[in-house]
Amino acid sequence: MPYTADKPQPKETSEQLRARIPGWGVDLDPKDRPSVPRERRDRPTGAHWEFPERQEEKVPRERSIEHKFLTPVFGTSTPPAGVSGTLRRFAYRYSEGRAAHWLILLAADRVNAWEAHLGSFVSLHPDNPITETGVLSEFSGHGVRSRFGKKRADLAHQWIDPALVAGPWILAGAAVVAIARNLRRHKA
Amino acid sequence: MEEKDIPKVEHPNDAIARVSLAATCGSDLHLYHGMMPDTRVGMTFGHEFVGTVHEVGSSGQNLKPGDRVMVPFNIFCGSCYFCARGLYSNCHNVNANATAVGGIYGYSHTCGGYDGGQSEYVRVPFADVGPSLIPEWMDEEDAVLLTDAVATGYFGAQLGDISEGDTVVVFGAGPVGLFAAKSSWLMGAGRVVIDAVGAEADGNLTQHVTSSQLKLQGGSPVALNWAIDSVRKGGTVSVMGAYGPMFSAVKFGDAVNKGLTLRMNQCPVKRQWPRLFEHVRNGYLKPSDIVTHRIPLEHIAEGYHMFSAKLDGIIKPLIVPSAS
Ligand SMILES: [Zn+2]
Ligand SMILES: [Zn+2]
Repeated sequence: MPYTADKPQPKETSEQLRARIPGWGVDLDPKDRPSVPRERRDRPTGAHWEFPERQEEKVPRERSIEHKFLTPVFGTSTPPAGVSGTLRRFAYRYSEGRAAHWLILLAADRVNAWEAHLGSFVSLHPDNPITETGVLSEFSGHGVRSRFGKKRADLAHQWIDPALVAGPWILAGAAVVAIARNLRRHKA
Repeated sequence: MEEKDIPKVEHPNDAIARVSLAATCGSDLHLYHGMMPDTRVGMTFGHEFVGTVHEVGSSGQNLKPGDRVMVPFNIFCGSCYFCARGLYSNCHNVNANATAVGGIYGYSHTCGGYDGGQSEYVRVPFADVGPSLIPEWMDEEDAVLLTDAVATGYFGAQLGDISEGDTVVVFGAGPVGLFAAKSSWLMGAGRVVIDAVGAEADGNLTQHVTSSQLKLQGGSPVALNWAIDSVRKGGTVSVMGAYGPMFSAVKFGDAVNKGLTLRMNQCPVKRQWPRLFEHVRNGYLKPSDIVTHRIPLEHIAEGYHMFSAKLDGIIKPLIVPSAS
């Protein structure tokens, strides 16, 4: 920036830019930008209600305590269930302004993932880490060529990813083996 | 991949759409990596999709079965304080789980717990409000990109308050960044610099471990801090993207001392459409130019792995219906 009041001269003039870039400046006037002015209330939205009808609450629906009541429409993709569900319901006792709310939810997500893994092993359809993680696309999607000779900055820490992904599984497996051994020793 | 029942009408203004084309978005990777709180096993991802109307609830007036529709990623009621002012992404009537953020298809319970469009069918709440008919002349691939990426890029440039000759720097050269750059030209920028932050923006090894495994950082502050550093005093920083609800180490002091204007929101997609339709029609924007991959729904696991590991030059993958 120069130490004087004028804007620095752009490298190309507006005429040059207009000639070179299709549409250059068509929205230059702020009036042509769809958010101006911000307090407009004349947009037709398609809503034919003052306040929407209420969606039926078929199972108790958790909600943020920042809401006065359950919103008239809500998602019902996956009601809380199991241990993670208990954790989640507990998290919704805290305001979304509190870290506790979010930290419990994040913990519940990890628990939920393990519930699903363990659940799959007692089902007819156990998780398959080869086909279900999509890792086979390393072969079809040029895994090696996509990474090397590309100056990809993330490669600096990618070496640790297999350990980050597989680590908890290996630790859990070791724990199971250790517990089993212990039990056998106690029986003997 | 799991089979689920075809979704049902749960509210009189719902519609059920049969998805004909969906996309994955960089922000889906935050869900994929478990960075977004309250992402539950069994929910369907996908906030970018187009399709045909399959069923309409009893209070539906604007759509009928068979209509080709594009659906903005925001779910919104059209009548609350925020919707009335065009802040569709801030609708107060659709997200029971949180008040700070509105409703988004397939984006965790923090964004309302709605299933998304990376599937064969999807429930579309407030069907008289959200979706638009796809214009006859418009390509489906262009339409699906207008449901988020193009609109968000345009909105990012818009919040930058660009005036003639301004220099604009875009951090991030993914689809949204590229459309933000393009939109900056339409708004009269004199110079547009694109910085491909890539994975550098997830920071160093410690940050990578704390965010990917411990999930302690919701959204990397690295690119945001670069923006705060790079903008001139009195300038404007516009933030698009998925930021988690919790802690980010942002250089707030520099922002204060430089007198910056920080503007940010999730894009209220539908408000942008009339203008963006004109721009597509006039050839000023060609959304589908950015598509790099077309992945059948049955190969979505491979699609996500490729997208996450940045294989094969992937930038914008579309999810096409299964062959069967
Ligand atoms: Zn998106
Ligand atoms: Zn609303």
